Amino acid sequence: MAENSEYAIEMLGITKRFPGIIANDNVTIQLKKGEIHALLGENGAGKSTLMSVLFGLYQAEEGVIKKDGKEVKINNPNDANDLGIGMVHQHFKLVQCFSVLDNIILGVETVKNGFLQKDVARKKIMELSEKYGLNVDPDAKIEDITVGMQQRTEILKMLYRDNEILIFDEPTAVLTPAEIDELMQIMKNLAKEGKSILFISHKLAEIMAVADRCSVLRRGKYIGTVNIAETNQEELSRMMIGRDVQLVASKEDKTPGEVILHVENMTVPSKLHHNNAVKNVSFDVREGEIVCIAGIDGNGQTELVYGLSGLENITSGKIELCGKDITRASIRERSTSGMSHIPEDRHKHGLVLDYSLAYNLVLQRYFEPEFSTKTGFLKKGEIRKYADKLIDQYDIRSSQGAVTIARSMSGGNQQKAIIAREVDKNPNLLIAVQPTRGLDVGAIEYIHRQLIAQRDAGHAVLLVSLELEEVMSISDRILVMYEGEIVGEFNPKETTPEELGLYMAGAKRKEVGA
Amino acid sequence: MSAEVKKTAEKQSFLAKPAVQSIIASLLCIIFGLLIGYIALLFINAKGANEAIITIIKNYFTYPSKAAALKYLGNTLVKAAPLLMCALSIQFCYQAGLFNIGAAGQYVAGAGASLFCALSLGLPWYVCLLAALLAGGVFGVIVGVLKAYLNVNEVISGIMLNWIGLYTVNMMLTGVKEVASPYTVSVANTNPSALLPSLGLSKFFSNNKYVTIAIPLAVLIAILLKVILSMTVFGYEIKATGIAKDAAKYSGMKEKRNIILTLFIGGALAGIGAAFLFLTGYEQWSVSQSSVPGMGFNGIAATFLGGLDPIGTIFASYFIQHITSGGAYLDKNIYPSQISDFISAIIIYLCGFVLFFKYFLNSRLKNKKNNAEGGNK
Repeated sequence: MAENSEYAIEMLGITKRFPGIIANDNVTIQLKKGEIHALLGENGAGKSTLMSVLFGLYQAEEGVIKKDGKEVKINNPNDANDLGIGMVHQHFKLVQCFSVLDNIILGVETVKNGFLQKDVARKKIMELSEKYGLNVDPDAKIEDITVGMQQRTEILKMLYRDNEILIFDEPTAVLTPAEIDELMQIMKNLAKEGKSILFISHKLAEIMAVADRCSVLRRGKYIGTVNIAETNQEELSRMMIGRDVQLVASKEDKTPGEVILHVENMTVPSKLHHNNAVKNVSFDVREGEIVCIAGIDGNGQTELVYGLSGLENITSGKIELCGKDITRASIRERSTSGMSHIPEDRHKHGLVLDYSLAYNLVLQRYFEPEFSTKTGFLKKGEIRKYADKLIDQYDIRSSQGAVTIARSMSGGNQQKAIIAREVDKNPNLLIAVQPTRGLDVGAIEYIHRQLIAQRDAGHAVLLVSLELEEVMSISDRILVMYEGEIVGEFNPKETTPEELGLYMAGAKRKEVGA
Repeated sequence: MSAEVKKTAEKQSFLAKPAVQSIIASLLCIIFGLLIGYIALLFINAKGANEAIITIIKNYFTYPSKAAALKYLGNTLVKAAPLLMCALSIQFCYQAGLFNIGAAGQYVAGAGASLFCALSLGLPWYVCLLAALLAGGVFGVIVGVLKAYLNVNEVISGIMLNWIGLYTVNMMLTGVKEVASPYTVSVANTNPSALLPSLGLSKFFSNNKYVTIAIPLAVLIAILLKVILSMTVFGYEIKATGIAKDAAKYSGMKEKRNIILTLFIGGALAGIGAAFLFLTGYEQWSVSQSSVPGMGFNGIAATFLGGLDPIGTIFASYFIQHITSGGAYLDKNIYPSQISDFISAIIIYLCGFVLFFKYFLNSRLKNKKNNAEGGNK
């Protein structure tokens, strides 16, 4: 290895074009050895594309990549692997029907006489898992574990390969505050050991806490690189967005009105375990309030929403929407009686990825007389007109407008499309599950404004969030879930993140009457 | 330089169009298939190979008189219609993410029902057609219910039903077979009212009495399916269920109902296909046959050769039938009678590579693009 360069990896003047869009326009990133280098930018700014170029998933049209000062060509992920570059992708690359262990060793299996030596691998994985506190069950199947655990598997995959250049693409989006702190510590330790880390994020606080330097992209263009010690959050966000943003959502006090959603002793079975994921839960959501379900990932929030939206049948209890019993109502009936649902997994549930944006925007309404004739034909003209209206109104950006295939859009704009669709239904109750997951400051600000606007219009909002900052800043009432039960109800003005943390971790609980 | 780049970009965008790629891939399949068939003919007998391959491609054009050619074109079309229906059956289900290999059994059910109604019950053609539709549909529904409620793989249950269907139909039709042969009695002699009407179409094909409304109906049904899939609420739901089951469920589509309904329609299409053949009197059912008729399986090939598009499938079905019929004209003293089946089997086999050809084409385009840019730097 040549030691003459202070940079572990350099990407110089990278330009990558897609039809109708320049994803990277002459971008330069230089990663020093042993540093944590943050890459900051809004969704669609080109961070993921840049990393895909580095990882050999895309070929750049212009520019060079240097490793230790020597020019290299990365044609596919194997080349990147050979150079010691590892990456945790924003959307995980895991084999759903394989176990955690199988996924980690995939491609680098230890083999003796043609037989897999899983015990050796298991030992190493357990050691790494222990060392970094990445609590995973090596024998669990990916399809059965939570998004958070899947991400920890991805991180382990990289650690298992002893990579020296580690790319983290939005790694903290699904972790709990405590886990984020741990991850930050891990990253610092890794850097101390001489590994070079590229940390893609748009969470300014995290970048300030962990990074040494930060490079900023805006709309595919390279804006600059700053030393974290010499900057602050305001400057970073200005560089990223190009204007000042409000980091904390502001809202006026409002007295909640009538009960919109009434849940009584609801129990929802779990698909993964034999016990129930949601146990005997009761609560109300009133018009004009944002009720937030806080908790660590995997404590029954997903199943709670499945039960409410009808994706899963509840085993006992009662659900009322605007006074109407919807316990046994179909998903469609719930939707047409005024329930909107921004789902946790926008790729799995939220969008038909191979449909156009226009078709996705009418996913909840295509059967209405506005968009289909009595004889069962789609009114394509109306759908197009409606889509153009939403695209304009909600500022959904894509390369080809209404006919863009949803799959090709950036994560933030996919989420905007879902929000536009669900909010424009003018629902009595809006259920939003981690609506800001994996999004940048600009998009988060936008989504928070939409949720608050729904509340101010007198609708009920049920927000499920893993991010305490979000919970504290926009909710009117907080319910903490732990192991399938609601263990505490709080007024955000009278509590602290520390207190909530204790309840979220199960250290404390109080009886909550509905 | 920029003009040059622009030109190549435009050219690429033409070649990169999915429809264009489908057509190119399908044509490549045909060319390679014929080539391999020709090589096989060379091995068997090099001398007559040229003539043989031309005979296969020429099919009815072998006949010098226009009248005879037209008549045999009619025969090819008569058999292309049921093939098209089976292909459409598979295609429609494929859009909903279901691989309806049970089309073969649904075709058998349709044949059994239509012949039973025609020969045993003496019913008119439209009732026989309806019976075939329902019988095929019921076979589809069985697969659909198993899939929707018990998550039984549609391929497994479909293949099982193919055999159940075959032997049930053999038993059902034993009562109406000819005394001296295993074949069912002729529809034309037993119950002429069960023959599909020709509405004068046979006149265009030198009075080929087998040419009936089945042929235009099959084409109309293909166009109808194209309309349903691309323009209706039902098509929107079917395709959404096929490509994103969870999103379909999330939006409140009744995925179980859609699966069952899709397989009913798929089954009905294959069932009608059988009626389109047997109610012309062109073929008789052999009650001693111990293998499921190939029509349903050939439908798989036709639908892939047709680029998974109802309109493309019309042409693909015709083509496959064209060379199958053409093979029948080979000199049986030189070439074994199976050679026609062999060649069509190769082409059908290659149809499975349509996707591969597309992939190959795309990666070639990409390389070319990269090289072009490398040269410009």
